[in-house]
Amino acid sequence: MPAESTKIVIVDESPIRAAILQEGLREAGFTTVEHISEMQNLLARIYAIDPDVIVIDLENPSRDVLEQMFQVSRAVRRPIAMFVDQSDSASIQASVDAGVSAYIVDGLKKERIKPVLDLCISRFNAFARLQDELDRTKSALEERKVIDRAKGLLMKLKGLTEDEAYVLMRSTAMREKKKIADIAQSIITAAEMLK
Amino acid sequence: MSSKSLRVGFIPLVDAAALIVAVDKGFAAEEGLDVTLVREVSWSNVRDKLNLGLFDAAHLLAPVAIASSLGLGHVKVPIAAPFTLGVNGNAITISPALHAAIMAQIEGETTDPMATAKALARVVAARRDNGLEPLTFGMTFPFSTHNYQLRFWMAAGGVDPDEDVRLVVLPPPYMVDSLANGHVDAFCVGAPWNSIAVDLGVGHILHFVSDILVRAAEKVLAVRQRWADDNPDTVAALVRACQRAAAFIEKPENRAVAADILAAPERIGVDAEVIRRTLDGRLKVSPDGRIRESGRYLLVGREDAARPDPVQAAWLYAQMVRWGQTAATTEALRIAKSVFRPDLYDAAIGASAPARVVGDGIGAFAGPAFDPNDIAGHLGSFVIRRRPPT
Repeated sequence: MPAESTKIVIVDESPIRAAILQEGLREAGFTTVEHISEMQNLLARIYAIDPDVIVIDLENPSRDVLEQMFQVSRAVRRPIAMFVDQSDSASIQASVDAGVSAYIVDGLKKERIKPVLDLCISRFNAFARLQDELDRTKSALEERKVIDRAKGLLMKLKGLTEDEAYVLMRSTAMREKKKIADIAQSIITAAEMLK
Repeated sequence: MSSKSLRVGFIPLVDAAALIVAVDKGFAAEEGLDVTLVREVSWSNVRDKLNLGLFDAAHLLAPVAIASSLGLGHVKVPIAAPFTLGVNGNAITISPALHAAIMAQIEGETTDPMATAKALARVVAARRDNGLEPLTFGMTFPFSTHNYQLRFWMAAGGVDPDEDVRLVVLPPPYMVDSLANGHVDAFCVGAPWNSIAVDLGVGHILHFVSDILVRAAEKVLAVRQRWADDNPDTVAALVRACQRAAAFIEKPENRAVAADILAAPERIGVDAEVIRRTLDGRLKVSPDGRIRESGRYLLVGREDAARPDPVQAAWLYAQMVRWGQTAATTEALRIAKSVFRPDLYDAAIGASAPARVVGDGIGAFAGPAFDPNDIAGHLGSFVIRRRPPT
């Protein structure tokens, strides 16, 4: 089965990650990629699309729903199997580590599926890095706001210049082996309590 | 003594109580264990992370421990269950509309599962005659007591769970919404979700599962067989910590403290009062405020419930055979029974004489007494069942 005719469904509540995944799959030549973000009646939606591969975010509770699909299908519809076979625990490990799980409809060759899963794993990892970076930027921004507020308080209460206020916080932080942001936070807390 | 670090997965449900209290009350630490509890979103995740070694132990559906050991549904990883975290604990909750329909058809006591199952059969037949869609029942996993309890109950009344109704898997946190918006007409799930549906006025608790089976192993403390072999002292310490926690929870004077511990946002994350009701076996069953009490609603260590009983494992395996999930073989039966490890429990706690609360260890409301040594013969007496896969 050529890549372009492999039908892939992405089950993910994060639109950004789904988009990253979709783009990667398209670049790799998988043109039939659909995204389900709504978990209501998931099985009905999946049956309607009739995919060859289902890729699902590991933190999605609906993974259990797919397990039923696997069970029921084996009996009455068509077989579905987890991509990775019994011997391939390295692949399971990699996919669980990355936070993704893939299910395939039986009859799709393993060689065809391997690139899909590899790509999903690397995209999931890329998304995790992106998220991490975003979180760090966000918290850096938060810290700067806290430091600026504390600086303002010191300037007002102690009649310091901006530089002096900063130097005071920095030296206190060094002496107490804490982060400047933590010192700044305690200044704000103290000021609020003394109000 | 340096403490041993463990990662243990759980799903936010009341039957994780012994495990959560063991950690949060410090019983695990006193056994020299530094346990990190990891809250998970799906049974598939708990199973996979346990199987891969990302978890050392887990709060697991008893049937999943057996399925994993048999290689059903996923990769084959032998599991050992040295402690039963909960016996019973589920309930069947139905929508107000289905409740009215069943009550209109019932002949006999409303708590008699045979009476309700026969009433359900009449409702199902009437719907079919009127060209209505079949009823949909939610449960938590293909390999779950919820699945088997629902099937056992409705089949006894003549309803074929695969032909006459739809059974769908729903993650427990989605159950109440799905009942409210009509995606399901009923569900079988553990606490706190039944009580939440009743409190919101969207469901009636029709049965405690203890109406259907006097004694059904619900969740186990699961470890990999190989890990248990390599870490016997750690397994024993974990079992002792859970045993102390179970004993703590079962003392009525500790219930309020236990409910508070379990209610924490990073544990179960619901109102302590709702958890308390389940632990006490005193549940509001109807939106109008009607209360029902049962000493058997959820057993956490009482009546020797914590001691794994291989007869329970055999019964769960028999259900997998009955509903076509696997074939009946003596070897598979042997493996299923060997998942439940009273020997490990006894080694940790000190040998104990098993309690025989019910004659056959199960106490089903219908069918012959369970015979763990003749699964095929036992199942032969049931009219509604599947042919195993060939």
